[in-house]
Amino acid sequence: MPGERLDEQTMALRAAKEFQDGMVVNLGVGIPTLCGNFVPPDKEVIFHSENGIIGFGPIVTDPEEADENLINAGVQPVQPKPGMVIVDHAESFIIIRGGHVDVTVLGALEVSRRGDLANYTLPGKEVGSLGGGQDLAFCAKRTIALMTHTTRDGRPKIVNELSSPITAPACVDLVVTNIAVIEVTRRGLVLAEMAPGWTFEEVQGLTEPELIPSADLKEIELL
Amino acid sequence: MAVNKIVGSFNEAVADVFGGAVLLIGGFGGPGECPSYLIAAVARKGVNNLTIVGNSGGWGPDLIEMLRARMASVLRFPPDWYDPGLLVDRGQVSKGILSFPAAPGHIHTPFEKAVMAGKAELELIGQGSLAERMRAAKGGIAAFYTPVGVGTVVAEGKEVREFEGRSYLLERALKGDFSLVRAHKADRYGNLVYRGSSRTMNATMAGASSVTIAEVDEVVEPGALDPECVVTPGIYVQRVVVRPRDPRPWDEPT
Repeated sequence: MPGERLDEQTMALRAAKEFQDGMVVNLGVGIPTLCGNFVPPDKEVIFHSENGIIGFGPIVTDPEEADENLINAGVQPVQPKPGMVIVDHAESFIIIRGGHVDVTVLGALEVSRRGDLANYTLPGKEVGSLGGGQDLAFCAKRTIALMTHTTRDGRPKIVNELSSPITAPACVDLVVTNIAVIEVTRRGLVLAEMAPGWTFEEVQGLTEPELIPSADLKEIELL
Repeated sequence: MAVNKIVGSFNEAVADVFGGAVLLIGGFGGPGECPSYLIAAVARKGVNNLTIVGNSGGWGPDLIEMLRARMASVLRFPPDWYDPGLLVDRGQVSKGILSFPAAPGHIHTPFEKAVMAGKAELELIGQGSLAERMRAAKGGIAAFYTPVGVGTVVAEGKEVREFEGRSYLLERALKGDFSLVRAHKADRYGNLVYRGSSRTMNATMAGASSVTIAEVDEVVEPGALDPECVVTPGIYVQRVVVRPRDPRPWDEPT
């Protein structure tokens, strides 16, 4: 029997470990938003949100404190923070498209063996929403896909060829799932870390493309 | 005669909005940045065959009520939040140039329903190219090349050209007939400042149409806005109209 699958908080904790001091970071909606709670304590990062707020504080959870004029791109109220900046939408995307965002963490439906990303449609829905995710996937210096390893009915989400409409080709650098951390490299997909109790064969069994075991393959390191 | 862009009512502010017009509607997806009373006035006017341009096509009255209950533990919605979904719901919209037309879950926005019913056409475009296309229109730029969207649905029918070994798409400027924007304060010159994250698409759209109409909380005397801090110069703004002090239903003349 394989080990447990990580919960969403733990997945976000692992992805946030990639943040380095001073980085400009944009978090997509869904599980990626949780990464904001797990910035390593010895590091300061600057959060950028598509709607034009930069360097904001944590998400507000009390409606008494929430300000409808201080929301992130997920329409969640956030706290102001000294050093915060507000720009309009065009400037916000000049920041993204000019390559000034160091790392983005995006949810994903599928990632291909080349790092192609599909995340703007929902299965069974006719109309999709690109939002700002396509700009981030094309232009951020580094793109992390954060997603469950398989669909609810157990099918691999890391695939040879996308079956859902593509958001951006060859954009994903790192995939963090609830059982593995996988690097997208020129050689192919390199399995770098596995959740406790999992073997290479078990992770491979839930992944369509062939995985290359890292020379340094290890248990997921959270801290 | 002194310059004075302040108009007395929302009805007057949208009096020349015509059937078939292209409306750039400011906002992002929440209540604070939405030009609610301008949208309500266009809904009352009843003009049809509109093209709406913006991040989302709106939630519409029914989903706003559902979200009001669902989001109550996070953010309180004002009672007078009327978004582009109101226009879609009333059958006034035949096309949307939008980034976020679909609801994130297994519910459908009015615009999704209109697309599925064959009543509205969608031009899906990411927020970056959408914002830049409007900025280009404001600055007299006919078109620009961006790498974003190459090899995806966005590229259909668009020229692709290589620069320095990378592929770029040709995106054309997007000019509206009317920009409906929400701001915080204005003076009679139409100079605008915004509050917090409500700047978003509002400041981008101001000036990107033949006529820009600003819905504001307050009009102040010239000089009260620090010239170092004005975000939208009044040159971009043709009309300013002040929101009612107390919330009003959308179908009541304002």
